Amino acid sequence: MSKMHVKLTVNGQEVEGLAEPRTLLIHFLRENLNITGPHIGCETSHCGACTVDMNGKSVKSCTLFVAQANGADVTTVEGLVNEDGSLGVIQEMFREHHGLQCGFCTPGMITRAHRLLQENPAPTEEEVRFGMAGNLCRCTGYQNIVKAILASADALNAQKEAAE
Amino acid sequence: MIPAGFEYHRPADIASAIALLQQHGDEARVIAGGHSLIPMMKLRMADLSHLVDLQGISGLSGITIGEGSVSIGAMTTQNALITDAALAEAVPILREAALQIADPQVRYLGTVGGNVANGDPGNDMPGLMQCLDATYTLVGPDGERQVAARDFYEAAYFTAREDEEILTAITIPIPAAKGYAYVKQKRKIGDYATAAAAVLLGEGFASVAMTNLADTPVHSDAASAALAEGDVEGCVREALQAIDPQEDMRGPIAFKKHVAGVILRRAITKAQERAA
Repeated sequence: MSKMHVKLTVNGQEVEGLAEPRTLLIHFLRENLNITGPHIGCETSHCGACTVDMNGKSVKSCTLFVAQANGADVTTVEGLVNEDGSLGVIQEMFREHHGLQCGFCTPGMITRAHRLLQENPAPTEEEVRFGMAGNLCRCTGYQNIVKAILASADALNAQKEAAE
Repeated sequence: MIPAGFEYHRPADIASAIALLQQHGDEARVIAGGHSLIPMMKLRMADLSHLVDLQGISGLSGITIGEGSVSIGAMTTQNALITDAALAEAVPILREAALQIADPQVRYLGTVGGNVANGDPGNDMPGLMQCLDATYTLVGPDGERQVAARDFYEAAYFTAREDEEILTAITIPIPAAKGYAYVKQKRKIGDYATAAAAVLLGEGFASVAMTNLADTPVHSDAASAALAEGDVEGCVREALQAIDPQEDMRGPIAFKKHVAGVILRRAITKAQERAA
């Protein structure tokens, strides 16, 4: 099968490459672009470790061909840092509240939490749990992940208020 | 978990998409959100050499609320169904069902058209569309035709859609009935139903359909008629007669029939509360 030319924006940078249409977005990110934040967990669209943000939606990059993402705007966990390269608010809160143990699910968790908080800046605990239902963690029991996301919401809202 | 190679097409209009289907016959498949098709391709259970992506065709997504009916473009995502306030007002059972499908990430990409057209008995929308008496619009080389959801499903993955046709829209009559419920039993988030029931209930009217309890979604006229008369026991009895569950990893037949009864009763109770 011949390769196709794909062009997309990843973490604010325009990137191009040649890929077979069957290449999954996760493989293109990791292997062609060396963006290894998004992880390959189950590869069956269950676990959410490969979650990235595409055109303002949380998507599982293992269940999307790079051909479909051609032209899209993609953000990975690497793109959620502050401008100076320091940890972004959600990343910092995951550290502060120990929202991870082995860390494998964390990039997907943080990327999904980012979109969740964009859409619902002041979620209840129940809304956080419902909104994070597409991401599995086999270590933490989720308690600290939920805590970290609720704390992120507070911190982001305080930041917004201070800016106003 | 890498699918076999294929050629990718992103046509800009429906005529070009149909031309591709005509040209490549059963070597071609259309892709919407891809969350049923891509897993099947990865498992090498879906065999195709041309993938026709519908995302470039304008006019295939969106929700239009008309006088007596709602029209939903096939490429409308489950997430769009959930977040549309006017739709939640007109046909609230759609939102209730969509919230129980898969998980947030899947709902951002998974489409209502793909869900109904795939013919997978595990999908939730086919049963719901039967309950709502929806109509599907199919476009093919000879133009457009309408097929009732209740006539669409022939067997698992076999539907009234011809290979060269594309399902483009769903039309749903806005229910006069105030009572509604979609109740689903699943083992975990992201799973298909062990049993699910869709119920509409109004003055002297009821409609009852069940999901994943036969090789097609099941709408029962007899169960609907019984419930319309207020006969809950008769409704459950008729619905359990109409289903034909198979043993699988979700449990043996007797268990599934038991769960079907429990879920249908819960849906009826919820619909009755809302109708009151």
